[in-house]
Order: sequence, then C-alpha cells, then structure tokens
Amino acid sequence: MDSVISLTDIRRVFTMGDQQFEALKGVSFSVSAGEFVAIMGASGSGKSTCMNILGCLDRPTTGEYRLDGVDVGSMNHDQLADIRNSKLGFVFQGFNLLPRTPAVENVELPLVYAKVPAKERRQRALAAMEHVGLNGKENNHPTQLSGGQQQRVAIARALVNSPAVILADEPTGNLDSATSEEIMNLFNELNRNGITIIMVTHEPDVAAHAARRITFRDGSIIADTRA
Amino acid sequence: MDMLQTLKIALRALRTNKMRSFLTMLGIIIGIAAVIAMMAVGAGASHVIAQQIASIGSNIILVIPGSTTSGGIRVGSGSTQTLTSDDVKAIIAECPSVEFAAPSVRTTSQVIYGNMNWSTVVMGTTPELFDIREWGVVNGRSIGQQDVDGAAKVCLLGQTVAENLFGEEDPVGKIVRIKKVPFTVIGVLERKGQSPQGQDQDDSIFVPLKTDQRNLVRSQFTNTVGAARVKAKSKELLDNAEQEVQSLLNQRHRITNGKEPDYTIRNLSEILAVAEQSSRAMSLLLGSVASISLIVGGIGIMNIMLVSVTERTREIGIRMAIGARRNDILMQFMTEAVLLTMIGGIIGIGLGAGGAMVVSKMLEWPTLISVQSVTIAFLFSAAVGIFFGFYPARKAARLNPIDALRYE
Ligand SMILES: Nc1ncnc2c1ncn2[C@@H]1O[C@H](COP(=O)(O)OP(=O)(O)OP(=O)(O)O)[C@@H](O)[C@H]1O
Ligand SMILES: [Mg+2]
Repeated sequence: MDSVISLTDIRRVFTMGDQQFEALKGVSFSVSAGEFVAIMGASGSGKSTCMNILGCLDRPTTGEYRLDGVDVGSMNHDQLADIRNSKLGFVFQGFNLLPRTPAVENVELPLVYAKVPAKERRQRALAAMEHVGLNGKENNHPTQLSGGQQQRVAIARALVNSPAVILADEPTGNLDSATSEEIMNLFNELNRNGITIIMVTHEPDVAAHAARRITFRDGSIIADTRA
Repeated sequence: MDMLQTLKIALRALRTNKMRSFLTMLGIIIGIAAVIAMMAVGAGASHVIAQQIASIGSNIILVIPGSTTSGGIRVGSGSTQTLTSDDVKAIIAECPSVEFAAPSVRTTSQVIYGNMNWSTVVMGTTPELFDIREWGVVNGRSIGQQDVDGAAKVCLLGQTVAENLFGEEDPVGKIVRIKKVPFTVIGVLERKGQSPQGQDQDDSIFVPLKTDQRNLVRSQFTNTVGAARVKAKSKELLDNAEQEVQSLLNQRHRITNGKEPDYTIRNLSEILAVAEQSSRAMSLLLGSVASISLIVGGIGIMNIMLVSVTERTREIGIRMAIGARRNDILMQFMTEAVLLTMIGGIIGIGLGAGGAMVVSKMLEWPTLISVQSVTIAFLFSAAVGIFFGFYPARKAARLNPIDALRYE
C-alpha cells in the first residue's frame, strides 16, 4: 500500500488538573498519495486535534502514526521539526504569516530552515508565488494584502518545499464565499498536479471540492465516503 | 539556519521597537562606559607608577643612617652621622651581589649665576650614582672618578636648575656659586620628572662627593654621608645584596644580636611595587563597581527579552510549524540579545573613551585606554547578552508549537 498517511487507533487524552478529556477515541484511517480529503464534523468533535497530530505538532496519547512509511511516534523534537519542514505544508484558518515581513520572505521561510542557499531560496519562493497567482505582490507585507491574497501567500509557503502532504485547517474559514471558491480551485489544481491534501472544513460547498470526506463526531470517525 | 539570516531577523526585530531597543541598550552603554573609563583611569595611575619605578632605576636598595623605628616610632633617620664614605667603599669591595654603590650628601643651598639665583638641592656623590639611577647627560659630561678624587669644583645641573639659572643660554663651562664657592658647570642632566614622593628630581645640582664634604657641608664629620644607593647585580640577587649589606654594616658598626641597628635599609622597588599593587587593587575595585551597572543593564535585557518572547509567541509557533528546530529559535533570540548588548558595548566603549579623555584633560590625570581593556569590555558586553539572553531564548525554544500557534 502506498499510503502517505496511516493512523492506527489514535487516542488523544487531554489532562487538565485532575480532569481528563478524551478528544480522540481510537481514530484509524489512511490516505493514499494524491488524495484530496475533507474532514468534517461538529465543533469540538476532534478535527483540529487530529490535524495537529497529522502535522506532527502534537503527539497521540496512544496509537501509531506513519507518515510516508515512517513511524513518527519515536521521533525527537528536531526530527519532528525536520519532518514538518520537508514533508508537510500547513495552511491555517488565520493565515499565520509573519507580520512586518515581505510576502516573499514569508514564502522563503521553510527553505531558510531547510538551509537552502539564499539565491535558490528566492528563486523557488518566486516560482511558488507565481504558481498561486501572486505576481507583483512579492514585497507587500501581510497587512498590505487582502485575506484571499494572504491565504495564497500561506499556500505558496506550504508548497515551496514540495511537501508530500498539505494540511489545511479551515483554510476558508476567514474568507468570503467568492474568495473561498478561488482558494478551493487552487487546491484542486494543486491536487491534480499530484499533491495530497487533507483539509478541515465546516462548509459543504467547500468540502464538495474534495473527492473523499471523513466525518468526525465526539472524537470518532462516523463516516468515510468517496464521491 | 545560516548566521546571516539569523542576524537579519534579529536586526529587523530590534528595528521594529527602536525606542525600546535603545532604552534597553542604555543600561549596557552606561555600564560599559563606566568600566572603560575606570580602567582607563586605573591604567593611567599604574603607568605613572611604572614610570616612577623606571626613574629611580631597577634593583635598588637605599641605605640611610639612623634606625627607622624605635618602638614603632621613626627616629631621625638621615640626620645622624653613622654612615660614612668608608662604609660605602666597603660595600662595593665586600658584597659580591652588589654591582654599584653610590653615597650621597644632601644639602639645600642658593645657587647663583650672574644676577640669577635659585634655591635648590645640592647632592654630593660619586659617578656610580648616575649608573644606578640610569641618568645620562644631554649636554657636556657627567661627573667622573677624577673629579671625586681631586675634589674638583665642578657641578652637573638638573634641567629645572639649568632653565631657571640659564634660560636659553648654554650652561656648560659657566661658573655658578654655591655657598660662595665657585663651581664650573660640566654638564646638564636628562629630564627625569617627578619622584614617587612627588618631588621634582630635576631641581637639583650634583657635585663630586669629596668637594661637597670639604667645601659645602663643613661639619666636623666630613666623612659622613646622608644616604647610599646600592644596585644589585640582578633582580634575583636583590635580596642577597640586602643581606650582604646588612651583615657587613652590622659587623662594621659592631651591632650584635638584639641591638638596634644604627642604619636603615629600604628597598625602593618594593615600596613602589606595593604602590603599584594598591593602584591595581583600586582600579579593580572601581571596575567591579562599574560592572554592577552592567549586571543591572543585563537584567534589563533579560526583562525586555522575556516581554519580546511573550509578544512574539505566535511568530515562534509559526516558525516551529514550518520547521524551525528548538535550536534555531534559541539562536534567534540569543542573537537578538547579544546584538543588543554588543551594539550597546560599542557605543559604551566610545562614550567611556571620550569620558576618560575629558577626565584626563580636566583633572590633568593621565588615562590609558588599552586594546586589552577595549577587548575585555567588548567581550564582556557580549557575555552579558549571552548570559541574560539565554533564559528568555530557552523559554522561547521550549514553547510547545500548538500552544504557541494558538496564543492570542
Ligand atoms: N489543549 C487542550 N486541552 C484540553 N482540551 C482540549 C485541548 N485542545 C482541545 N481540547 C478539547 O478537545 C475537543 C476537540 O477539540 P478540537 O479543537 O479538536 O475541535 P474541532 O473539531 O477542531 O472543533 P472546531 O470545529 O470548533 O474547530 C474539544 O472538546 C476541546 O475542548
Ligand atoms: Mg478546529
């Protein structure tokens, strides 16, 4: 099986003082290369918790997570940082661009940590920006860009290191429907070019762009359907 | 992450809050400026003392008549007649560790040239004195053995005396009168400057010992001398020389065990070494007081860096999500702190050097800014940055990526 991602019986228990809360109650699924998956579910159902684990930003309490065939559970901080850098691209609801930093430098950032030489860095960042349709906005700071443009910068940043998977947690949550549509079309184009995308969304219109839909409820998967 | 990029990020962060960066730096600026100024003043003092050590000559002991102490009280040293020219001759002849010994007789007198007159110190001595004190002539010749043997009425002028009596005129060959006795000037000595006791060493006239004893002192003890300078053959032999002189004089003066000696031996270099030590200790003390302000400045840096880490928690989260290792974040904040203190250090060095110059102008106190003190100050400022920047930077590096990303 050439699955890029495989989760096996993932549990995530949050402990607050003497209270315990199980946000994920044994989640298992795998995603093959080139898939476009939408994760849906009510608020508080554990979608973001699951995405954080997929993004190697958080560790499951129990269960196994294999990314690109590698068991992530046994990795240390630095190894996880390198995995995030080389195999994953993040797109957040709030864009999460660095303030007071030109767009192109935001896009370059993953390459900075990958120790790519400055010249090549700039070339690749400009190419990624062109790819998402941001020509001419290279030197704008985030505050000088519209919401849709900021999200494009974030997508360019996620793309620039040619990751195996793009993880997007409510990427259109802060955008109007027309802009959401543009962003989703961009996702579809990237997906056609072979990039695996896993995206959390509340909107059925947005989810309709994905070929597969996983639905969460109370920390468990209740549906996994393909269009 | 490469150093250049780290530096660029740190500079951008500092520029974002210019006023805050400057105020934070101010603590370091003041601290470093104080340290530099204090070290400059201290080094100036040490330099003066070192010059004085050089001016009295090296490896010298001074023998003066009379005992220094009697039950802790100094009694008339130099005023008694217990040390003679023969003692000095014996020292030269019998003490193997001694290279030179020179007796001297000191009186004060009016010296007259034409219608000019000047009150100064007249020293009767032998040629060895100038070897011991490493004191040459700039004009004419020095006192020779034949002058002493023949009790020649010749004299050697210190710079101050030459200036006051002769002005621009060349004194060599001219006749001056000391206590109505005419002396021919045979030479003028090099400028020597102040003695450790603050006397003008150039305000003196030297005459051959025998001439002095016969014509100027005119007491019944014509063979006595006021002091003898003894130079050891080397620094290592200084203690030996002192012991040899002591046992020789004890024997010659019949001083047995328990009896108070009628002479005193002083080690001039030792006295100055003590002075130098205390000046060192003083500058060290001043330096450490100044470095307290550096520590206060460092705490200011730490405080601001902690604020900065909190303010930029989100940025840290983004960087971590994108692949920054803990070490990258640590280095980023450390660089910022060290940059802050190093820039502060450079400004402080400039300010401290300027301050030291002003002090030396206004108080006429020599100051010395050494490469060493600048290097130390610079490294110290960097060290303050590393030390006080480490905790905030580590706090940043240890942040949990999710918590940092979610931070509002
Ligand atoms: N750090 C935490 N500590 C304690 N509980 C947490 C923590 N993070 C999440 N939870 C809990 O886990 C549950 C799942 O949260 P999660 O953020 O995954 O929901 P979600 O499906 O993304 O919701 P939404 O659609 O509103 O974003 C919630 O009940 C939440 O309160
Ligand atoms: Mg969520």
